[in-house]
Amino acid sequence: MTSLPSHTNKKLGLVIDLDTCVGCHACATNCKEWNTGGHSAPLTDYDPYGAKPDGVWFNRVHSFEVKRGDRPNLTINFPRSCLHCDNAACVTVCPTGASYKRAEDGIVLVNTDKCIGCKLCSWACPYGAREFDEDEGVMKKCTLCIDRIYNENLDPEDRQPACVLTCPAGARHFGDLNDPESEVSQLTAARHGRDLMPELGYKPTNKYLPPRARKVDSADIGAPEELEAIEADGFLGWLDKVLSK
Amino acid sequence: MHPAFSVIFFTTCSGAGYGLLAMMGILGAAGMLPADRWMGLAGLFFALGLVSVGLLSSTFHLGRPERAWRAMTQWKSSWLAREGVMAVLTYVPAGLFGIGWVFFEDTSGLWAVAGVVAAVLAWLTVICTAMIYKSLRTIHQWHNDWTVPSYLLLSVMSGAVLMSVLIHLFGVANPYIQGLTVLTLALGWGLKTLYWGFNKRSKGLPTVNSAIGIDAAGDVSVLELPHTSENYLMKEMGYKVAQKHADKLRVISHLTGFALPLAFSLLAMFVTGYAALAAVILAWGLCSLGIIVERWLFFAEAKHTVSLYYGATSV
Repeated sequence: MTSLPSHTNKKLGLVIDLDTCVGCHACATNCKEWNTGGHSAPLTDYDPYGAKPDGVWFNRVHSFEVKRGDRPNLTINFPRSCLHCDNAACVTVCPTGASYKRAEDGIVLVNTDKCIGCKLCSWACPYGAREFDEDEGVMKKCTLCIDRIYNENLDPEDRQPACVLTCPAGARHFGDLNDPESEVSQLTAARHGRDLMPELGYKPTNKYLPPRARKVDSADIGAPEELEAIEADGFLGWLDKVLSK
Repeated sequence: MHPAFSVIFFTTCSGAGYGLLAMMGILGAAGMLPADRWMGLAGLFFALGLVSVGLLSSTFHLGRPERAWRAMTQWKSSWLAREGVMAVLTYVPAGLFGIGWVFFEDTSGLWAVAGVVAAVLAWLTVICTAMIYKSLRTIHQWHNDWTVPSYLLLSVMSGAVLMSVLIHLFGVANPYIQGLTVLTLALGWGLKTLYWGFNKRSKGLPTVNSAIGIDAAGDVSVLELPHTSENYLMKEMGYKVAQKHADKLRVISHLTGFALPLAFSLLAMFVTGYAALAAVILAWGLCSLGIIVERWLFFAEAKHTVSLYYGATSV
């Protein structure tokens, strides 16, 4: 049924740090690598070596510039993927029951055996998380790596989404956002994690941590405003005298 | 939004078909149309033909058309599923009404009940279609109170224009039915003008700032896109129509969809014979073109929130 569960025991999701993301696209690349052999495989490419390569991705990294008046411009690298919303309209609009949200962990998935490829779910998603596979004629999306996070063939420390494991900047965190004691919940609280487009009421699980205030002035890091000259003696004092002539 | 031909064709074609079916059901049941075999056959054949061709066309845009039957299972949550269920259900009373009219030349009693039920189900199907669009919070131009009345009234109007052709073909023109056509054209024109006005004045709440979770302080612009070439999201949801083209198309739609059909339908009330028939046929042809343009604009001018990630600052 494409009705949403009234309650999910866990809310597994991601917390993405916009302060530390360097925009290297490693998360998107490793996502593609893992998932093209995973639950929703393949992540089809069209014309991969041609002039206009295109294909299915579950994660795309955008870069934005924020102009802030007389303060320096801010570059925001912004990875965009499924937010596994509480109020996931992509699920309720599905006419076939192919889209569903799991009651046990809140993950939103597509059963590609039932999908008719009407694309309505991608219209219903504000965040562009769903991408249509033209070759298979079905919709695909982020699975939060269900085939990693519960995979007992992997070492416990590897049971995390591919994007989180690969991030070289430590900008991606995975956990249960329903548990206030979890690391991701604590991080969200400490860094004032945001919902994207909260005005639409989708109640996304994933949170984004806004950039910290930039340290622009020397006082911000406790340094003096200007460097003072030091009195040198010995060889350096002699050198200073010679060079100052 | 990408204006896909199959969906434009489906909504205009089956909209007109359901409109005509409802007219046949209500006017037939009310005894305002002759219970003549050929009249019933022509009207219902044309109405159900348009509906069926439209429904078939809608399956062409599916990635997996062979699984289309699955689309009726989730009527509890999905307006698309409800549309599918209502579309299929409508055939039952419409078929019964057709049997009465064509085989028994009777549109009264229980046959009349079938006609009224067919009309109600036809309208409900159109409402379900409109609700698919209205329910999408991602598209401000659709997620408003104008979408459903507009779809329903334009369907009734397209059906009325067809009904005018039918009664003139069968020489049973009647000022009440022709007056109804004129009235629906006037109302449809007014409603769509107000709807276009609303979309011009108003925009959705999300901004690029809220889309990336950055405070309102600061102007956000795209520095770099994720990929070097267009992807599914940009093709499907990033469709943009130049304002000057949209404005021209809107003038064309005002003229051919509403103004000229209104003039010709009015004219048909004051002339007779072939002149009247020519007038209502012209009204129908022009109206069909205008409504296709109207529907193209409905999709092309819809701004999806995903476009905020690809350079739009508001939707």
